[in-house]
Amino acid sequence: MKKENFLWSAVKTGLIVGVVAIFICFVGMVEVFSKRDVIEKLITLGQFVLLAAMFSAGFIASRHTSSLLEKNKPVSNLVAGLVAGLFTGLVLALLVVVGAEVNLRAVFLNATTTLYDVLTLDKGVGNVWILPLIGAVAGLLGAASLLLPQILRRPITQALVFVIFMAFFSGLFRVVMINQGSDMSKAAKYLFGQTGLTLEGTLIFFLGVIAVSMLWSYKGKDIQAGVTRLPKAGRLSLRVIVYALIAYVALGLPQVSGPFIAQVIVTVALFVLMGLGLNITLGFAGLLDLGFVAFYAIGAYTVGLLTSYGAFGLQHIPFWVAVPIAVLVAMASGAMLGLPVLGIRGDYLAIATLGFGEIVRLLAGSDFLAPFFGGPQGIIGIQKPCLGTLGPFIRVDVPRVCNGLELGKPQDIYYIAVVSAVIIAFVAWRLRESRLGRAWMAIREDEDVAEALGVNLIQTKLLAYMLGAAFAGLGGAIFATLIGSIFATSMQLIVSINVVSLIIVGGMGSIPGVIVGAIALIGLPELLREVSEFRFLLYGATLIIMMLAKPEGLWPSQATRRELHHTEVEAGVKA
Amino acid sequence: MTTLLTATKVTKRFGGLVAVNAVDFEIPEKSIVSMIGPNGAGKTTFFNCITGFGKCDEGEIIFEGTPTQRLRPDQISRLGISRTYQNIRLFAEMSALENILVGQHIFLHSSWMSAVIGTPKVHQEERIALAEAQRLLDFVGLKGQGDMMARNLPYGAQRRLEIARALATKPKLLLLDEPSAGMNPRETEDLTAFIRQLRDELGITIFLIEHHMRVVMGISEHITVLDYGEKIAEGTPAEIQKNPRVIEAYLGRGAATEGMATAHERHSDKTNSKLR
Amino acid sequence: MRTSPGERLLDLAVSGVLWGFRILLVAAILIGTIATIRAGKYTSEQWIDFVVFGISQGSIYALIALGYTMVYGILRMINFAHGDIFMTGAFAAYFLATWMNGTGFIDSYPILGLLIPILFAMIVAGGIAMLVERIAYRPLRGAPRLVPLISAIGASFFLEYAFRGFFGPGVYAYPPIKALEGEWDILGIGILKVQVVVAVAAFIMMAILYSIVMFTKVGKAMRAVSESKDTAALMGIDVNRIIVSTFALGAAMAGAAGVLYSLIFRQVGFFMGFTPGIKAFTAAVLGGIGNIPGAMVGGLVLGIFESVGPSLFLEGLGITRPYQLKDAIAYTMLVMILLFRPSGILGERITTKKA
Repeated sequence: MKKENFLWSAVKTGLIVGVVAIFICFVGMVEVFSKRDVIEKLITLGQFVLLAAMFSAGFIASRHTSSLLEKNKPVSNLVAGLVAGLFTGLVLALLVVVGAEVNLRAVFLNATTTLYDVLTLDKGVGNVWILPLIGAVAGLLGAASLLLPQILRRPITQALVFVIFMAFFSGLFRVVMINQGSDMSKAAKYLFGQTGLTLEGTLIFFLGVIAVSMLWSYKGKDIQAGVTRLPKAGRLSLRVIVYALIAYVALGLPQVSGPFIAQVIVTVALFVLMGLGLNITLGFAGLLDLGFVAFYAIGAYTVGLLTSYGAFGLQHIPFWVAVPIAVLVAMASGAMLGLPVLGIRGDYLAIATLGFGEIVRLLAGSDFLAPFFGGPQGIIGIQKPCLGTLGPFIRVDVPRVCNGLELGKPQDIYYIAVVSAVIIAFVAWRLRESRLGRAWMAIREDEDVAEALGVNLIQTKLLAYMLGAAFAGLGGAIFATLIGSIFATSMQLIVSINVVSLIIVGGMGSIPGVIVGAIALIGLPELLREVSEFRFLLYGATLIIMMLAKPEGLWPSQATRRELHHTEVEAGVKA
Repeated sequence: MTTLLTATKVTKRFGGLVAVNAVDFEIPEKSIVSMIGPNGAGKTTFFNCITGFGKCDEGEIIFEGTPTQRLRPDQISRLGISRTYQNIRLFAEMSALENILVGQHIFLHSSWMSAVIGTPKVHQEERIALAEAQRLLDFVGLKGQGDMMARNLPYGAQRRLEIARALATKPKLLLLDEPSAGMNPRETEDLTAFIRQLRDELGITIFLIEHHMRVVMGISEHITVLDYGEKIAEGTPAEIQKNPRVIEAYLGRGAATEGMATAHERHSDKTNSKLR
Repeated sequence: MRTSPGERLLDLAVSGVLWGFRILLVAAILIGTIATIRAGKYTSEQWIDFVVFGISQGSIYALIALGYTMVYGILRMINFAHGDIFMTGAFAAYFLATWMNGTGFIDSYPILGLLIPILFAMIVAGGIAMLVERIAYRPLRGAPRLVPLISAIGASFFLEYAFRGFFGPGVYAYPPIKALEGEWDILGIGILKVQVVVAVAAFIMMAILYSIVMFTKVGKAMRAVSESKDTAALMGIDVNRIIVSTFALGAAMAGAAGVLYSLIFRQVGFFMGFTPGIKAFTAAVLGGIGNIPGAMVGGLVLGIFESVGPSLFLEGLGITRPYQLKDAIAYTMLVMILLFRPSGILGERITTKKA
């Protein structure tokens, strides 16, 4: 077969990345991102995204060249990278030139003059030639990065990632550190600017990470060996210390972070909780339940009806009693809906459950059931949990007085969510190690065979489905209490998709994976206004990319990891 | 000798195609019986009828006095029928040990509540189950490979693990669907000995589908031949080898018995290459 | 028999709940219908209006359903993003039609003013579907079933929110076509012209698609691939190319449906594909997924049911504002079909094993 010319392939790469870059521009990312700096007064996030595109064009072209030529040829690699970056830049330049002549805004809302300003670095259309120039340089750098020896490439990549991470969260760190007192506040102002990192901060983080990373690659093995050489008690206490540290951070964070971040953390905790629930259904038993939100809604409405002092409240039952009831109701409805549908399999089940979810939402929001569920007005005035006794029940519309500590702030609810999540994690972990967990995984792998080995499919699936429903109900109940009100419009399919996505990103069947997934998919977009505008776009892309590249997730379940470890050991033996 | 399983007039159709047509069949207790026939003769379909994988359309199957055709596969497995598959169907993403533990599912009784709480009874049960799984693993010669993910085991080991998993259900009747597919002559010989061992030491009745004539003729006490869903012959290996209808079904009219074995070798080679 | 009492109870519960659903549904429909007819709130003319609207809407569902059914027939996968392909077609046509409207073209050549946007929508939708197939589906062929489904869900969200990014969250009004305003008098009954045109256009499209699948070489290849990819490949059919053309063809139909939908409802927005998408899937399952005439029948049945249903049986049950639950009728039908007859009205393709 005739091999493609590497230059032609570089041109193609450049053009494709250029089109992707235009996509990013038109979707509005560049403009929105350019309001935030990576390095203050030097480079905005928007510019950074475009630079990253050109850089990766160079990198991809360079790698492609290596595979076409079957070896690294530095000159060819660099030329390919340069060409690819150049063409990416040219495509963007073309966009600017065309945009100056034709009003693209008639169709694409984001083809604004601001966008063109960002693209030309505020130098006007006349200076559009700098775009391909920058592209070529970035592409060259991208190509060069491939040629770096491993020992350098890794620390530099890590440092870059870390700097970007810090830049993203500079606002958050700044606030947290300033709250800590004057010394920290000074440090914060040195490292973080109003909208991004300061130049000094960037350098400190960059060099710091490189130093740590280099040190680790030289000394890391020794440290690891040191830990394994510790006596058993020592290792145990080390582990206890690590866990205690995690617990300390997890419990202390909302106290120091201020109300906005506390709210975000509560949301993350809630989604962790629901993720752990759906993880039983989807991760263990392999049942894709797109109607998860139905049980979330059922839990929320149950608590709402039982505790609200609004128009639709039935009784002001204490939160602590209402929540278990909500969980049971959700579980029972899981059984009701699960019994018939669990006979159908795979993708059909997903669509059927999606139908359920939509039916529940439509019914809850309809005028038909409005006398019971408030219709589109929803249920308001949900009583906060009270540590202590509740005063006497006077009238439906009068809240009962809490004699004791009222847990009204998001931080308080956070602890309830965390405790619930810990309980669910424990339950999930115990179940996975039991006969039931094995039966679930067997069903996930091959349900015919599982059935032929004596696993009662309906019974086993139903249990997974009910537990998932119960935990969804718990999530909904806590959510309702947190917000204080429920609206049918917030019970959209998107909630289910959120939970499904975070499980997939974290790793199906993996309990720590759920936490990682929730932080990545729920926490980060909430913290970053800029990103949150594009969160669903990014979710979509993430789902596809995860399926293509890493179906086992960021934090694969234990079995997968054990296996990876196993192959490593084998490889070690062979070497 | 008593009869373990009796099938009368078993028929299975797929649309217009009659895959199994009114087959009568009997398996005496503690025997090794086989079913042979050209590809597509309906052997695996017949297997599926017995294990409840696909319900048969007509006829009756009675296992130890219990009619099975209205039972689900999991109920049938609890009666004491277990099987392996032509194209190995292990739980690929689970470890070898976990695969066997799933086979023990029907003997474990702890409820999910007690599993969550972790009562001593549960621990006890799990310990016993684990020991039993290890024993089975050793029995099929996979000692020390319990932590390996099933999909990473070598081909022969996967076959053996599948048998171990089937044995974990403590079957009275074990159905093996082309167990020697993809094995070299050496492994095939081991397998033959192993199947005998299952019967002689554990007292399990064996019913196998096999293409490898050497295996079939070597260990079967009784052979049934299926062609186009119909039973065309049955009897002892010696009788089958002489039966003109069998030879005709395999090679067409006028072929010699000699050729039959070679044809089969070729045939199973084809299956092997597909499996690998 | 060694079944435990608990198990027997469970089996009983399963069939109990299933029968409960059936009886409840039939009772609700019967009681509601009788009550409505007794009350006599609607004239027969109104009923005919409902049915006609149902037919034109149903023909749109049918048109979208074709894409689901064809892709499912070939790949056994639910193309969750298909509803959003429909949306891309509507957007493409909207921009072209708005421009054409600005130049006065539509007023002077109403037929071309209708056809050109449809053609453009078909091309755009087909192109986007081919891209989606190439990026999100093709590499996952042969993976466990949930993997492509999740990827498809991802593609659906990606398309929706990419379009939201491009064109904003607002709703655009499809330009009015003067020639389609008003009513035609058919057999003494006034029927909206748009609805007639939409239904006729949809039927023509379906006829075209059906003849492509049945009588052309590509169609023959498609049918061959859906029977068996391996065998088709052995016969010298380029399976990849056939799969791509299936996607493109289905998407083109969805794109056209997007235009027809915008003609009736006059609204184009980034989220418009979701509900019609699910409903079209319902239609596909209703008719027997994998079965092309089935999709057409299913679409019509669903459309009429949905249009007549709220007034016919929901109102009779004393439900206030029954049209709010119009979508719930479709979803209920979806769940019920999946439960009781996953092979659909005309379908024989999917046995319970495959479903």
